[in-house]
Amino acid sequence: MSTGLSDNEIISQVLNGNQQAYAQLVNHYQNYVFTLAQRMIKNREDAEEVAQDVFIKAYKFLANFRGESKFSTWLYTIVHNSCITFLRKKKVEMHSLDNEAVFERANNIDSGIRANTVEQKSRQAMVNEAIAMLNPDDAQVITLFYKAEQSLEETAQVLGIEATAAKVRLHRARGRLKEKMETHFSHEVKDLN
Amino acid sequence: MNTQHNMEERLWNYIDGLSSADEKKAVEKLLQDNADPIAIVWREKYKELLEVNSLLKSSKLDAPSLRFTKNIMEEIAKLHVAPAAKNYINKKIIWGITFFFIAMITGFLLYGFMQMDFSAAGGSDLSKRISQFDISKFFNNTWVNALMMVNIVFGLSLFDNYLSQKRKKFRKEA
Repeated sequence: MSTGLSDNEIISQVLNGNQQAYAQLVNHYQNYVFTLAQRMIKNREDAEEVAQDVFIKAYKFLANFRGESKFSTWLYTIVHNSCITFLRKKKVEMHSLDNEAVFERANNIDSGIRANTVEQKSRQAMVNEAIAMLNPDDAQVITLFYKAEQSLEETAQVLGIEATAAKVRLHRARGRLKEKMETHFSHEVKDLN
Repeated sequence: MNTQHNMEERLWNYIDGLSSADEKKAVEKLLQDNADPIAIVWREKYKELLEVNSLLKSSKLDAPSLRFTKNIMEEIAKLHVAPAAKNYINKKIIWGITFFFIAMITGFLLYGFMQMDFSAAGGSDLSKRISQFDISKFFNNTWVNALMMVNIVFGLSLFDNYLSQKRKKFRKEA
């Protein structure tokens, strides 16, 4: 149900009292926000809760959006901060290598389950699986750059770091993703080449 | 290892479109040079990274539950958009506080200068002239105290002004 209005036009409508217009922003960005949250938090239910909170916070503080950056960049900054706060509260282990659940998942992939299911997986599912194995920071920088339509500068802005640091982080994250794919999906990777 | 790392970094920059024009040309030349064994290694790595790039671009976004938008709209129906921070931060207050502190610092500096014994310093002309200038005629302890008092009264009146504005706003909203 796209009305063809730009984000800034929708925001103006909301600020002028048309609360229902906000649904357009939610509809447009819900998958981006949810994917970002899920890739950081690694749990669907928690990610959905955080994503909802993000949209509620964004609504409450919409008047603070000055339009100096893209609305998406501003929104993803809220996602980033909310996920960090959530992870701190939950004291979730930040490094996936130490995460038992991820180890279990990786072992399952390496076992018989893999022979039956993973081989039939689409390319997207394989990449999503590999991204889920990354630590939250790596998963986030990759998602922002590749899926959330953010340039390197915008990615850096969301993460609160310099563009050069974001470039290094992205480079390292891709390297680690490649390692994960080669370790856990070696057959699929070979088939793709 | 370092060369390998450097090659990957340069190739990623090339793929991401972040290379400078000269660097872009250099990488393109390396990739096109058929005979050079180094170029073969570069081409293989390029192909590999391109594949990772295309895989990443093809990854799908996840979707939340169907009630997601409805839940949010129900929640925000109970809320109002908060006024922008720039609207409720009164610039006059900020300037008042700035002025208050600058006046305080100036007052303390003047007081400090008045306590100094310039005649005890070397016998240069400048120091003699300064020592002849009787600053205490203009600034004495009473003077500094008065300045401080004015500052405090000014600060308190600004604070009172701020509180009365908040009270008015609250009454209006009520």
